[in-house]
Amino acid sequence: MPTSKTKQAKVTDYNLPDERGHFGPYGGLFVAETLMESIEELKEAYAKYIQDPNFLAELDADLHDYVGRPSPIYHAERLSHETGGAQIYLKREDLNHTGAHKINNTIGQALLAKRMGKTRIIAETGAGQHGVATATVAARLGLECVVYMGAEDIQRQSPNVYRMKLLGAKVVAVTSGSQTLKDALNEALRDWVTNIDNTYYIIGTVAGPHPYPAMVRDFQTIIGRESREQMINKTGRLPDAIVACVGGGSNAIGLFYPFIEDESVSIYGVEAAGLGIETGHHSAPLCAGKPGVLHGNRTYLMADVNGEIIETNSVSAGLDYPGVGPEHSWLKDIGRAEYVSIKDDEALEAFHRLTRVEGIIPALESSHAVAYAVKLAKTMSPDQSVLVNLSGRGDKDIFTIAKLEGIEL
Amino acid sequence: MSRLDECFKSLQLSHQKALIPFITAGDPNADFTLSCMHQMVDAGASMIELGVPFSDPMADGEVIQQASERALANGMSLKGVIDIVKSFRKTNQKTPVILMGYLNPIEFMGYEVFSKAASEAGVDGVLTVDIPPEESADLIEAYARYDIAPIFLLSPTSNESRIKKVSAVAKGYIYYVSLKGVTGAGHLELEHVEQKIRQIKQLTSLPIAVGFGVKNADIAAKIAKIGDGVVVGSALINCITDYVGDERQGQQAISDLLNDMRNAMDSAIQ
Repeated sequence: MPTSKTKQAKVTDYNLPDERGHFGPYGGLFVAETLMESIEELKEAYAKYIQDPNFLAELDADLHDYVGRPSPIYHAERLSHETGGAQIYLKREDLNHTGAHKINNTIGQALLAKRMGKTRIIAETGAGQHGVATATVAARLGLECVVYMGAEDIQRQSPNVYRMKLLGAKVVAVTSGSQTLKDALNEALRDWVTNIDNTYYIIGTVAGPHPYPAMVRDFQTIIGRESREQMINKTGRLPDAIVACVGGGSNAIGLFYPFIEDESVSIYGVEAAGLGIETGHHSAPLCAGKPGVLHGNRTYLMADVNGEIIETNSVSAGLDYPGVGPEHSWLKDIGRAEYVSIKDDEALEAFHRLTRVEGIIPALESSHAVAYAVKLAKTMSPDQSVLVNLSGRGDKDIFTIAKLEGIEL
Repeated sequence: MSRLDECFKSLQLSHQKALIPFITAGDPNADFTLSCMHQMVDAGASMIELGVPFSDPMADGEVIQQASERALANGMSLKGVIDIVKSFRKTNQKTPVILMGYLNPIEFMGYEVFSKAASEAGVDGVLTVDIPPEESADLIEAYARYDIAPIFLLSPTSNESRIKKVSAVAKGYIYYVSLKGVTGAGHLELEHVEQKIRQIKQLTSLPIAVGFGVKNADIAAKIAKIGDGVVVGSALINCITDYVGDERQGQQAISDLLNDMRNAMDSAIQ
C-alpha cells in the first residue's frame, strides 16, 4: 500500500540550484583540485550554450529527427481496468532511439562537447543503457568513446556491451571495489583527470559535481514538459500523481521538475528495495540511507557507520547505485516528493503484468515505477489519473528474467 | 608554533627539504603501520602522511586503491587511524602527522567530533582530497578550534585565481600535484613542475610539498631542488606488496628507499 496519505508540501518560486550548485544542503562541488579547472570550463560552456539559440535549435532538431521525440503518452486502459482505481498513463520513453530516456541527456552533452572542442568522450554505465546512448551519439558525431563498466555488470548485461562495441566504443571492465556502477564512476573520474585536455565526461545521471545535476536535469526535463502538455491535451487537466523510478534519478527529475510548483500533482519517486529494506540488501538511499558526500556532491547515501560506501542490491542494474541525485534529497527533505520503494519480486510481477496486459515489455528499472503506480492507483478513484514514466524498454532484461525463472535461451 | 611550522623552520635552518612518506593506515594492519611510522622517522622522514582508507578513492591510482581495500578488509576506519596516531605520539611528540583521505568518513563522524579526536590524538594537519576551499568553510572552522592545519592541493591546471583561493585558507603547507592524473601515475615533467611552483611561490609564503609520481631517489632529489618537500606514496606501498607475508622485509624495503631519498635530497641541495 502507498506508505502515507500526508499531503505533499506546496512549493513556489522554485529556482534551484544556487550559483554553486546547492539544493539546500545538498549538491555542491566536492572534487579534487585536479578537476576544478575542467569543471569551471564545463560550467561556463554550459551556461553559455544553454542560452544560445543555435545550440538549442540543433538540440531540438536532433531530439525530433534522431531520438524520435515527442514520445507519446499512452492510456493503459486494460491495466487501469484490471487495477480498479485511477487511470494509468504511461510516458513512453521506451520508444526513444536506443530504448530509454538516457539519450535525451547524451545528445545534449555530446553537442556541448563538440562545441567545447573535445575529441574524446568517456562515460560510466551500470545497466549499459547510458553507455549505449553515449556510444550512439559518439558514433554519430565521430568522437572517440570509452565506456567504463563494472566487471560484474559486464557479465549481467552482455547484450549492451556488444551493442557499445558495435557502435565503436571501447568498453573497459572495472575490477576495483564492488565492480559495479559506483566503481565505474570512480574510474571514469580517474580517466578524466588524466586526459583532461581532450576529454569530455558525459555523466549519465543527475549526480556528480555541479553543474552535472542541474545540466542533466535540464536535458531530461523534456520528459516533463511534453508530459504536462500531453496530459492536458488528452485528459483536459494535469495528472493527480506522477511516478518514476529513482536510481541516480535522471528520468525521475526529468518528469518531476516541470510539475514541482503544481500543488495538485503528487510526486512519487520509487527506489529499489531489492530483497527488502529490512534485509539491508537494497538500493534505497532516500528511504533508508543518510546524507554524506560521494562522487562530487552531498546527498543521501548508503554507507556503514564509518562512512564507507556499502554494496547495493537490486535485480535491476540501473537502480543499483548507493547515492542519488542531490535534488531528490532536497525534494524529500522539504516534503515536495515522497520516496517509496518496491522489492525485486514486486517489480518482476509488474514486468510480467504490463507485458501481458498491455503488450509493452518494460525495463526492470521502469517496472519498479509501474509496480508502485498500480498500488497507488488502487487507492484512488477512476476519475483520477496517475502518470508513470516508462523510462526504458525491457528487451535488455529478458536474459536476466529468463535466468531468474530458470529458462535457458 | 605548531609542530608543522616548527618542522619546516628547523629543516630550513639545517638546509634540508621535507621528506614526506605516505602509507595507508591499516595496510596490511594497524601494528605494521605504527611500527612503520617509527622506522620511517629513523630513515629520514620529516613528517608522515597517513592515508585514511576509503571505499571509493577517486583520485588514487591502482596501488593506493588496493592498499585501501586491504586496510578496509582488515577493519581499519577513521577512528582506527586516529588511534594509531595516539599510539605513535606516546613515543614521538616531534614528527608532524597529517591525515590524507576523503570527506565522507569525516562527514559521518561529524566535523566537531573528528577535529577534537584528531587533535587530542596528535594529528597536525588533514588533507581531504574531495573538498575544495569553496565547500570548506565549516570544516576549516572546526579545524581552527583544535589547531589542525587544513592542507589543500594545487595542480598543474590550477590558475592564478585558484592558487589565491587555496592559499587564503591553507595552513601548514600546500601539496602540489605534479602531474595530470592519479597517485602513482606516469611520469612527471620537472620543467613544468618548476614553472608552476615558481608561480605558486609568488602568491603564497606557505611551503610547497610535491607529490604524485615520485618513484625513486633520483626524482626526489630533483624535486628537492625546486620544492620545500617531497611526498612519496605509491612507491612505498609497492614495497609492502612486494613482500606480502613478510612484514619485516617490507618495512626494510621502505626504510631503504627513504634512506636513499634522504641522502639524494640532502646532497642535491648542499
